[in-house]
Amino acid sequence: MAIILKVQNLHKAFGGLRAVVDVSFQLEAGQLMAMIGPNGAGKSTCFNLINGQLNPDQGSIFIMGQKVNGEKPRDVWKLGVGRTFQITSTFPSMTVLENVQMSLLSHNRRTKSLLTNVSRLYVAEAMALIDLVGIADQAHRSCGVLAYGDLKRVELAVALANQPKLLLMDEPTAGMGPAERQGLMKLTESIVHTREMGVLFTEHDMKVVFDYANRVIVLNRGKMIAAGPPDEVQKNNEVKKIYLGTASS
Amino acid sequence: MPKLEKGILLGFYFVQFLTGLSDASALFLVACGLSLIFGVLRIVNLAHGSFYMVGAYLAYYLIANFPQGAFFFWAGILLAALTVGTIGIVIETLLLRRLYYAPELFILFATFGIVLIFQDLSRWFFGAEDILGQQAPGLAGSIDIMGVLLPQYDVVLIVIAPLILVGLWFFLYRTRWGILVRAATEDREMSDALGVNQSRLFTGVFFLGSCLAGLGGAIQLPKGGANLLMDLNIIAAAFVVVVVGGMGSIPGAYLAAVIIGELSAFGVLIFPQSTLVLMFLLMAVVLVMRPHGLLGNAEPEVQGAAKMSTATLKPASKKLKLLGLALLILLFMMPVFVGSFGLVLMTEIALFALASMSLYFIMGPGGMVSFGHAAFFGGGAYAAALTVHYMQTPMELAILLAPLLVGLVALIIGWFCVRLSGVYLAMLTLACAQICWSIVFQWGKFTGGDDGILGIWPSAWASDKTVFYYLTLILCIGGIMALRHFIFAPFGYTLRACRDSSLRVDSIGINRHRHQWFAFTLAGTFAGFAGGIYVFSKGNVFPDVMAIPRSFDFLFMILLGGIETLFGPIAGSAAFTWLHDQIARIDYWQLILGCIFILLVIAFPDGIAGSIHTRLGRYFED
Amino acid sequence: MKNAKIFPSAILVILLLLILGALIFWISAKSDVFPGNTIKIGEIQTYSKLTSFTFPYRNGWQLALEEINSAGGVLGKKLKVISRDDAGEPGTAVTIAEELILKDKVVLLMGSFLSNVGLALSDFAKRNKVLYFATEPLSDALVWRKGNRYTFRLRPSNSMQNAMLAEEAAKNEAKRWATIAPNYAYGKDAVASFKKLLKAKRPDIEFVAEQWPALFNINAGAEIQALTGANPEAIYNALFASDLAKFVREGKLRNAFKNVFVVSLLTGEPEYLDPLREEAPQGWLVTGYPWYDISSPQHKKFLQAYQKRFNDYPRNGSLVGYNAMYAVYHMLKKAGSADTEKMIQAMEGLTFDSIVGPITFRKIDHQSSMGAFVGYTALKEGKGIMVRWNYADGKDYLPDDAQVMKLRPQ
Ligand SMILES: Nc1ncnc2c1ncn2[C@@H]1O[C@H](COP(=O)(O)OP(=O)(O)OP(=O)(O)O)[C@@H](O)[C@H]1O
Ligand SMILES: [Mg+2]
Repeated sequence: MAIILKVQNLHKAFGGLRAVVDVSFQLEAGQLMAMIGPNGAGKSTCFNLINGQLNPDQGSIFIMGQKVNGEKPRDVWKLGVGRTFQITSTFPSMTVLENVQMSLLSHNRRTKSLLTNVSRLYVAEAMALIDLVGIADQAHRSCGVLAYGDLKRVELAVALANQPKLLLMDEPTAGMGPAERQGLMKLTESIVHTREMGVLFTEHDMKVVFDYANRVIVLNRGKMIAAGPPDEVQKNNEVKKIYLGTASS
Repeated sequence: MPKLEKGILLGFYFVQFLTGLSDASALFLVACGLSLIFGVLRIVNLAHGSFYMVGAYLAYYLIANFPQGAFFFWAGILLAALTVGTIGIVIETLLLRRLYYAPELFILFATFGIVLIFQDLSRWFFGAEDILGQQAPGLAGSIDIMGVLLPQYDVVLIVIAPLILVGLWFFLYRTRWGILVRAATEDREMSDALGVNQSRLFTGVFFLGSCLAGLGGAIQLPKGGANLLMDLNIIAAAFVVVVVGGMGSIPGAYLAAVIIGELSAFGVLIFPQSTLVLMFLLMAVVLVMRPHGLLGNAEPEVQGAAKMSTATLKPASKKLKLLGLALLILLFMMPVFVGSFGLVLMTEIALFALASMSLYFIMGPGGMVSFGHAAFFGGGAYAAALTVHYMQTPMELAILLAPLLVGLVALIIGWFCVRLSGVYLAMLTLACAQICWSIVFQWGKFTGGDDGILGIWPSAWASDKTVFYYLTLILCIGGIMALRHFIFAPFGYTLRACRDSSLRVDSIGINRHRHQWFAFTLAGTFAGFAGGIYVFSKGNVFPDVMAIPRSFDFLFMILLGGIETLFGPIAGSAAFTWLHDQIARIDYWQLILGCIFILLVIAFPDGIAGSIHTRLGRYFED
Repeated sequence: MKNAKIFPSAILVILLLLILGALIFWISAKSDVFPGNTIKIGEIQTYSKLTSFTFPYRNGWQLALEEINSAGGVLGKKLKVISRDDAGEPGTAVTIAEELILKDKVVLLMGSFLSNVGLALSDFAKRNKVLYFATEPLSDALVWRKGNRYTFRLRPSNSMQNAMLAEEAAKNEAKRWATIAPNYAYGKDAVASFKKLLKAKRPDIEFVAEQWPALFNINAGAEIQALTGANPEAIYNALFASDLAKFVREGKLRNAFKNVFVVSLLTGEPEYLDPLREEAPQGWLVTGYPWYDISSPQHKKFLQAYQKRFNDYPRNGSLVGYNAMYAVYHMLKKAGSADTEKMIQAMEGLTFDSIVGPITFRKIDHQSSMGAFVGYTALKEGKGIMVRWNYADGKDYLPDDAQVMKLRPQ
């Protein structure tokens, strides 16, 4: 299997706060990897390092064999990395369809076009993606008024638009009910297999993690304290201690 | 350069330095009030200069009517400051309070209305004559510093500013109320959540800020006096100080005031002709190097620009298109209905509509508020006028060249500006526009200076007013349609995406700066296009087409028309031009215009097109 | 905001609307409608700024207008003046001029303060073939370098006033001169022409420093320092209004005028001298308007009428406005019609008796021969006045025909 993401000895500190300490792992195509840990463990920071939002203090990141340290998020995206945010980030003044169209426009390098009209560009492709994430009925509603769970789906559609090899999903099921969570993760699972890509996701719902992840990484205070297949990690004592010691779900 | 003996030279430079410090004092008092108000209330208060002016007038009349003596002099100054503070309270509670959650530009608009009202009210109450302030009793002499004289009152001023600085620091860091103020400066939501009584806090801060402005005006009496121009004179300088120092930072304001005071004191010696532009050059340099000013922090929250327009844009419905077509036909038939002066106005409206549409392009979809758009409009006018004047370029070519030349200027200015956002971006555009203005104003040999360039008339075939009207109409409609088209093109969508969420655009591979830069250039080019035609409609061009008031005019046109609709800029420029023409015949027209501004902001925040849209929009859906 | 509603928006809106309505009503009630036949004159002036000059100016022409109309008007019609504010902006002035001509159908344009506004209106007049009577602008270019057959000017120009001053200044033995003037066309012209004229009379002098403060934004302390730094024996100063006041006060405190001969272009005008009160400089050579001291019966009559009508004394602006309106009156009487060509012909060579002496509009350059009062400043009862003054008749300072032919585009 092709290695899609390789992270080596990653460090990141904010002033005195060491948010990520010596994290290393790798992700293969077809894999669904969960990164878990209590609040403030450094998960989002890891994501931000991988997609270039932050610069690592030390260590290196390879995406499909290419070193991306110090690259800007927009360049990382061009390598085939899609990203959803813990706190959703969409374009509130646009409809769901337009949000996805934006991503497709960028993917097809058409964002500087002055002469064409968006209402006729990539509508079918965008609709297909929206349909795929299951919000076809919302396609013409503005993202400014959408429910949170639906926004998460919009983000997924947006992330899928550039046919990514790597999908970074920060709490993809936040704001959803249990049934909806399962549905979304099933969907993600099937996409991973049909598209031959890798997914790294964070999740506070342990049931989701252990139902769907192929591999699990556990972070605590920036450090990686366990890594491996779900059932192995589940048995890890240190992990148990953290999850029992904290009031996290 | 001074030609003095060695012995006295040191004293000369030292006294020059002290003079700069004392000039910095009044500036600091005004600027720190402004900064305080911005920091806590997040409003850009243009009326702050008016408070300064009123402070000066009030102090003058109080002192003139009090008995003589030092006690009454200072009592008069303090009383004037407190009175101005009270006026501030009235304005805050009656007007501004309603607008805190409105987009920032609305507040700008309202406070500018206050400026206009105060202009005419001051003229009414205090008279038209320039007033020379009283000397401070017991401080009307000078002291000798190494053989050079320094007025005693300068020493007072030099001491007062740091005292106020320390006093404010003590107040902000050592009193309960001050701590609340700081909390509100740093995190408005947080202090909200802490159960701070916000409206009382805001009123208090506004009172304090206004007091300081009034004090600034009163305290400079012995150095100058009171006149009706001092409000706008000080407000530009005060804004530069606030922005250079970092918005919301009081020590920053002092630092910047001192730098600017010294810059102008020594600038007078070295560049006697460029005293005005130095300040703006400094601001531009500081903003490019340190985007948030010398001592400022990154903006704690996203500025109004982004929240300004969040409605989705829909292409016009069939019915609306029909309506537009009817309007077009009407416009083309106008010469039948209106007289030749009517056509002159219509021509002007068309040109302003294109210019304000180009501003709307970066402001609405782009989320970049520019306070300097007149630089491009005026730049186009000058580019066309200069090519005609020096190269006898025919009109047709000049109209084509103007946007290209201005586009180049916009390309350069835009590169710096798009790196900033919110108020800082607006201020940098203002600084750039002022620099352009000074170049035109000062380079008299080439640009004619304030005598302008005269005799730029259209080619013979277009010199008839009706023909020129049609020419303008066609070109402007073309320009407006093009801009409209761009908004619905991928580029326009990308621009809106950049405005909505820089995080998201960055993570879908879009280079935000580059698109905004491109948009800025495009807007400049279209404004230049309008300016290029404008000069032929007028036959002449003067530096005031590039000056700050013209930039504000464009902003007002957009607000008047409504910022949420594409038709807004067009309706706005028509209404603005018409209104201006109507009331300009009236003696106290500024008072009336000011009232109208405030009325609009309160009663019709959606503007003309927006109000029509909300009331009647449903009849025009397909 | 919960507390925002102590004063509901609706009430505020209604209140504002009421104020607006009242204002508009009050103002429209004020504008009296003339019955019957009138001759309409378009008057453009900077009434929203520079009010210390322009308000007395308005009083001046209003007084003249009332006198003319109560004496039966001219050509059997009353004169009506449509007065507009140009805000000191040439672009605005041209727009207004266009409106006055096209919409209000005025027969001629008059007024303006700033030179650039005057030049713009003059250019407009030329293109649209209407008569423009520049009353106040001082720029030389207006009647010479950029003169045209539609433009006439009342006040003595920049260089005429400077010639009056230079004549007197040349008598002073000061050799090291410094200059200070506002940084725009008027100030630059003034300094240039004074330098040239004085140099011509006194080749031995030198100019050691020049300062150019921004108009109405002077940094007086620093500018004074810069001037004294050059150690001048004499200073030429073309500042006015608030700039002048600050300059005078700061200069005194810094001892800049001790043993220094000061020539000050406009300082004798009451609009600029009076605000200085007891601090008015003494012994400065100035042009101005000693209304308190002029003993001719015509002027006495004017003074009485003015004081009665406005309960105030006249300023230089009043004099200019009053003379201007009478010039228009005499011109119309001579022309016999309000046709532009006829009016131009009448104005060329028109002579009438003004309250300060006869005034002639030269045919060759359309400049009037109105003069200026030249004298020295002094203090009297805590007020600045002009002493040792004389009325320098403009005709003695006008360029001769050969010079005009060279200067003026033909
Ligand atoms: N830009 C920043 N500046 C300073 N500190 C930061 C920054 N971003 C994150 N942190 C800190 O780094 C630590 C790790 O944060 P991170 O957001 O990565 O946690 P997380 O594992 O995603 O937590 P959660 O489950 O709450 O999302 C936290 O203590 C956080 O406060
Ligand atoms: Mg997180």
